[in-house]
Amino acid sequence: MSSETMALSPHAVETQSLAERLHGWATTVDHKRIGVMYIGFALIFLVIGGIEAIIMRIQLALPNNDFVSPQVFNRMFTMHGTTMIFFVAMPIMFGFGNYTVPLLVGTRDMAFPRLNAFSFWLTAFGALLMYFSFVGGFGLYGAGSAPDVGWFAYAPLTSKVFSPGHSSDFWSLGLIVSGFGSIGTSVNMITTIVCSRCPGMTLNKMPLFAWMNIVMSGMVLFAISPLTAAQIMISLDRYLGAHFFDTQAGGSAVIWMHFFWIFGHPEVYILIIPSFGFISEIVPVFSRKPIFGYPIMVGATVAIGFISFSVWAHHMFTVGMNSWGNTFFAITTMAVGVPTGIKIFNWLGTIWGGKIQFKTPMLFSLAFLFQFLIAGLTGIMLSSTPFNWQLSGSYFVVAHFHYVIVGGILFAVFGGFYYWYPKITGKMLSERLGKLHFWLFVIGFHLTFDFMHIPGLLGMPRRIYTYEAGRGWEIWNQIVSVGALFQGVAVLIFVFNMIWSYWKGKDAGCDPWDAWTLEWTTTSPPPEYNFATIPTVHSSRPLWDLKHPEDPDWKYE
Amino acid sequence: MLARVAWAALPVFLIALVAVAAEPHDPALVPNIFKPDSTPADHIYGVALFVLTVTGAIFVAVFSLLVYAIVRYRAKPEDDSHEPAQVYGSNQIELAWTVIPVLIVVMLFLATARVIAQIQDAPPPPGTINVTAVGHQFWWEFRYPDLGIVTANELHVPVSEPAESTPTFLKLLSADTDHSFWVPRLAGKTDLIPNHPNSTWIDPHHTGLYLGQCAQYCGTQHGLMLLRVYVDSREDFKAWANAQAAPALVTSTDSNSEAGYGRKVFETTSCINCHAVKGTVADGRFGPDLTHLMSRKTLASGAADNTPEKLKQWIKDPDSIKPGSLMPAMRLTEKDLNALTAYLLTLR
Repeated sequence: MSSETMALSPHAVETQSLAERLHGWATTVDHKRIGVMYIGFALIFLVIGGIEAIIMRIQLALPNNDFVSPQVFNRMFTMHGTTMIFFVAMPIMFGFGNYTVPLLVGTRDMAFPRLNAFSFWLTAFGALLMYFSFVGGFGLYGAGSAPDVGWFAYAPLTSKVFSPGHSSDFWSLGLIVSGFGSIGTSVNMITTIVCSRCPGMTLNKMPLFAWMNIVMSGMVLFAISPLTAAQIMISLDRYLGAHFFDTQAGGSAVIWMHFFWIFGHPEVYILIIPSFGFISEIVPVFSRKPIFGYPIMVGATVAIGFISFSVWAHHMFTVGMNSWGNTFFAITTMAVGVPTGIKIFNWLGTIWGGKIQFKTPMLFSLAFLFQFLIAGLTGIMLSSTPFNWQLSGSYFVVAHFHYVIVGGILFAVFGGFYYWYPKITGKMLSERLGKLHFWLFVIGFHLTFDFMHIPGLLGMPRRIYTYEAGRGWEIWNQIVSVGALFQGVAVLIFVFNMIWSYWKGKDAGCDPWDAWTLEWTTTSPPPEYNFATIPTVHSSRPLWDLKHPEDPDWKYE
Repeated sequence: MLARVAWAALPVFLIALVAVAAEPHDPALVPNIFKPDSTPADHIYGVALFVLTVTGAIFVAVFSLLVYAIVRYRAKPEDDSHEPAQVYGSNQIELAWTVIPVLIVVMLFLATARVIAQIQDAPPPPGTINVTAVGHQFWWEFRYPDLGIVTANELHVPVSEPAESTPTFLKLLSADTDHSFWVPRLAGKTDLIPNHPNSTWIDPHHTGLYLGQCAQYCGTQHGLMLLRVYVDSREDFKAWANAQAAPALVTSTDSNSEAGYGRKVFETTSCINCHAVKGTVADGRFGPDLTHLMSRKTLASGAADNTPEKLKQWIKDPDSIKPGSLMPAMRLTEKDLNALTAYLLTLR
């Protein structure tokens, strides 16, 4: 892919052979190159995970379809979920964080450059290990290749009895390995933001994207650890005869659910909080106004970070907790809605009274606001325990979390791509193709995920490989499948745009968006050392101060 | 390449869409959560409407504000190059949009908490039917301990009129992996988890058939682990229960009759390792009880209608009906297969 040559100065390209350049990428400790590798890695898996989704949608387009066998279908949804969360969403957030955070806080690299490289390669090899299951998962038993236990792998389905062969082992080992990578990057991110900010950048003058990343990284430390512990326990169960989750020997299936969801729910916020960061950078620039209510935005983020660790069992309303447990997790879950609502209102406040420019990054961000609103409201529905007894495990919940992950996170990421691509490559992405990508994706997204709520309300459970005609589900499933194709086409246009613009795009210059944060003061792409002299800042919008010396921000902050 | 395939597939889908939209279906069989017919489902419907109203109002308000702001504050060509007024925030407004959501959350929470208690802490009244439901890969076992009945996949319960309530309380167990009991028109779902007994209850207000299925991924054939609840009138339920409690119709193992030979095949092959027929040597527990097999409308947990042809096909090659089900193909000779089918057809 084109990312192979990104961020190299023209001079270096001319004088190095291909082998030397590849060697340079493999051994690099430069945060920008590692960021680009994270992003490129995630994009490859985005396409793979997307193909898995399309296979499922073809299968479900018609009742009693036999496009794939139940075994293959089960592998597809397991790998789709695992891939999209662990090998697309997380790496892409780490990629953007890696690339932009040191630039945003005015430093020359991450705090621990070698740990940074190590973490990336752990994540990459974790993914390869898991995908190797397609080849090696048969083991000596001939019992399935890729994992087919679902992305939350409820015990005891993962025990030796129900999952012979090695597919579950590839699943848990892949996640252990990439999990250590995530922990390494988080430690690095926190240290960088705490210790490497440029002179003048106090915590309350730090760009919101950096705030979001430090909160997200803190959450990764506390969320990935229980997941890793549980994965180790499952390996002990499978190979050393431990009985943590072995129900037939007195183990507990429910304890696995607790371990998984104390990771799993914060994980959603781990992904959405950096997305809030993207939106909080893009919306002000294209509204030509500073973010509305900076302190409360930071406070709301931190609040979400804490509260999100107290809501995990809302994934478990159907497992037979007593009424007190069900009540407690309903109120904590609803409470998350408050800081989340504050954020939406503050973005609205940012737009209000501005001069909105509808560039592609802004289009994706505005769509994010609408879609995240809806995702939040269906989340409130799900938090009402009795309603959840009907909705959980149905297509309604599938529609809800895709609204968060695609309508929220992926839209924010696309916005981030159009926003920072000029900085990363020095070239503008085509606005024409960008708008085509945007509109096709919006149409596809809404066809798929708006209509996906309905079969859930009509009693269609998730993870079924086929369904009978006559239950009123057919038409909705077909609309959903058609939408998936639109999204597939839109993503291909996006990939084409990135490749085409890299060679043929307009030169970006240092500051194509007339923006206000430090990354736009340096060249595009930035030199390896980022800044010739470390900048000194006086407000959270240093470039605004520079461009408007008569009316600088630091007078008001 | 993929794009072209996708675009080519589009018209095919659209045509199929129209075709299917025209297909009739019985609305009573659609497991619609908004058509409740039992007290727990009713309570849920009530709280759902309330939550939908509140969230709907929030949606309309915020959506309108967003649209208004985007249209009103778009950059216009006649604008000068000046930046708009730089506003950094407003404590009053931010306080307002913190406090109002807190109040809404408190309201939603109180409504929710009340319904949780109503459903979950309801005591079983006298006249309650007790059923133990056991989830298996990939079928349902229903045991009525008070009535001495063991059956599979099709739950029969008496109708529960408001005047004389006869609800059914289910104890939920699992023999292997996690499952979930979900009949949307009767109650929300509750999981069946090994080593973790659960319970739920229903009191259907009308007779008829209610469809549901397993709602927690339980392995390869999770998709066809279907569930049927027949709500009978009191008299019908009583008759059904009496018939079910009786032992199987005894067929002599006389090899001269086809059914008798079939019984011999059944009892001398590994069929009886998994299946039970009350009153005979067959006492397997791994598969469904077959004592009154022919009283059931479907086979293989709803994967096929219970007809002689399907029954034969199911014994011969289970994977052709339900790929990945745990019933092995028995590889019987045609003669044995026919005889075995004939025997099973006597199990009314």
